[in-house]
Amino acid sequence: MTASPITISGVNKVFSTGERDVIALKDIDLVIPDGQFVCLLGPSGCGKSTLLNAVAGFSLPTSGSIVAGGKTVTGPGPDRGMVFQEYALFPWMTVEQNVAFGLEIKGMNAVAIEQRVLALLDTLGLKDFRARFPKDLSGGMRQRVAIARILALDSPIMLMDEPFGALDALTRRNLQDELLRIWAELKKTILFVTHSIEEAIYLADRIVVMTYRPGTVKRDIVVDLPRLRDPASVEFNALKRELGLLVMEEQQRHHNDEIRMAAID
Amino acid sequence: MINFNLRKIATGLIVPIVALALWQLASSMGWVNALVLPSPLAVLRKWIEYALPTVPYAPATESWLAWAFSGELLRDTFSSMYRVVVGFVVGAGLALPLGLSMGSSQRVYAWMNPLVQVLRPIPPIAYIPLSILWFGLGNPPAIFLISIGAFFPVLINTIVGVRNVDSIYLRAARNLGANQRTLFMRIMLPAAVPYILSGVRIGIGTAFIVVIVAEMIAVNNGLGFRILEAREYFWSDKIIAGMISIGLLGLAIDLAVTRLNNHLLRWHRGLEN
Repeated sequence: MTASPITISGVNKVFSTGERDVIALKDIDLVIPDGQFVCLLGPSGCGKSTLLNAVAGFSLPTSGSIVAGGKTVTGPGPDRGMVFQEYALFPWMTVEQNVAFGLEIKGMNAVAIEQRVLALLDTLGLKDFRARFPKDLSGGMRQRVAIARILALDSPIMLMDEPFGALDALTRRNLQDELLRIWAELKKTILFVTHSIEEAIYLADRIVVMTYRPGTVKRDIVVDLPRLRDPASVEFNALKRELGLLVMEEQQRHHNDEIRMAAID
Repeated sequence: MINFNLRKIATGLIVPIVALALWQLASSMGWVNALVLPSPLAVLRKWIEYALPTVPYAPATESWLAWAFSGELLRDTFSSMYRVVVGFVVGAGLALPLGLSMGSSQRVYAWMNPLVQVLRPIPPIAYIPLSILWFGLGNPPAIFLISIGAFFPVLINTIVGVRNVDSIYLRAARNLGANQRTLFMRIMLPAAVPYILSGVRIGIGTAFIVVIVAEMIAVNNGLGFRILEAREYFWSDKIIAGMISIGLLGLAIDLAVTRLNNHLLRWHRGLEN
């Protein structure tokens, strides 16, 4: 494994929508060291998901380069497993088949797949659900399956696009703790997109706050509070206040922009 | 799936029983000519006669099973079903690969779609003269017509199904390392199955309509042939008995297809258990 599994250098991304070009990302430089838990934080439209999709290889940068695990990103791949907000489980596959799918693609033999899948389902408390279809699971359980599916790939990098955004507060905390446990145990490098300030402080080693259009790095903060963090503590709330001001500035720009656009139309 | 609730069944039977009673009354009172509308009892008698073997059981020459199924109704049902099944398999078997390639490839779609759109509105029945010219009489023209009836519903639904695959599944699969072949076989195809199956259901329904029409023209057995034949002899009781048989067979086919759908789509969100 290299010292920096993700190196983002001079990345720009421009979307052409009809007459106007939207600059989604502008001059992004980020070096994410091995095993770091990084949250990309910002209001909607700040390009955090665009950046994540660029790292995942779904939508490559217009210019600049992204190197992950020593290789330049040219497309999606199982070395950068992604957990989506919409779960994206395959509804026609059972829980077990969903988790096994990536391993089947890799060409692993059936016995090894079964062993690995069962161990993962056990770790994530999904053992009793192995034969169920996704439609029969709650949102929290579905996201556990999606995480198990990515862990099965055993990739050093995990990308997460607002994975807990659709869950209720209690389930979310539950899964956040689970994720921290897995991260501490498996030493993954995690790039996690969220618009929740509290979630970012609760989880991350480092928080990258992004600006609204064009998306740039507004602030790059290291969170050095010991885990598990107490969201009611003084330090937590001081940081929350500081980040809140930064994010709300961008949210205000987003809001003003929306009003301006409506006026043009 | 199907809930056999006695109360529900009783409620459902009220209207048919009243209708039958009125019909029987009208016949018994002589309000209608029995040649035009025979009584329900006469129809039932004819239906049983139509279903039972015509000759007494002869153990020396045939097995009991063959004899038991030698009734005209059962042979007609078998002939009609045979045509529906073969015609459907041919039609759907051609439609499925074409639909999959048209749905997944813009180029194939651009090539094939104009022709499909021109041919699609032609009712299968309009092919009757051509089918006889090409295939003569007997099963081949009937199967040709049925396969046309089954072809278009399956084709159109397959195209729509493949085109509507949620892109999130494709992204997730590519993220897990799937190549084009795996994407097609393990993601696009299963994701399109709900659409394909609803095409199958429509296709079988159409095939069943077409088989009755085709039998009135090209062959000399089957349920469609039998009711037309009965008209020649003014056997109105047999016409109605044949129609009821057609209705029951259509219902049985639809129930069977629905059960198959429910099994294949047990993962689908819209269906509970």
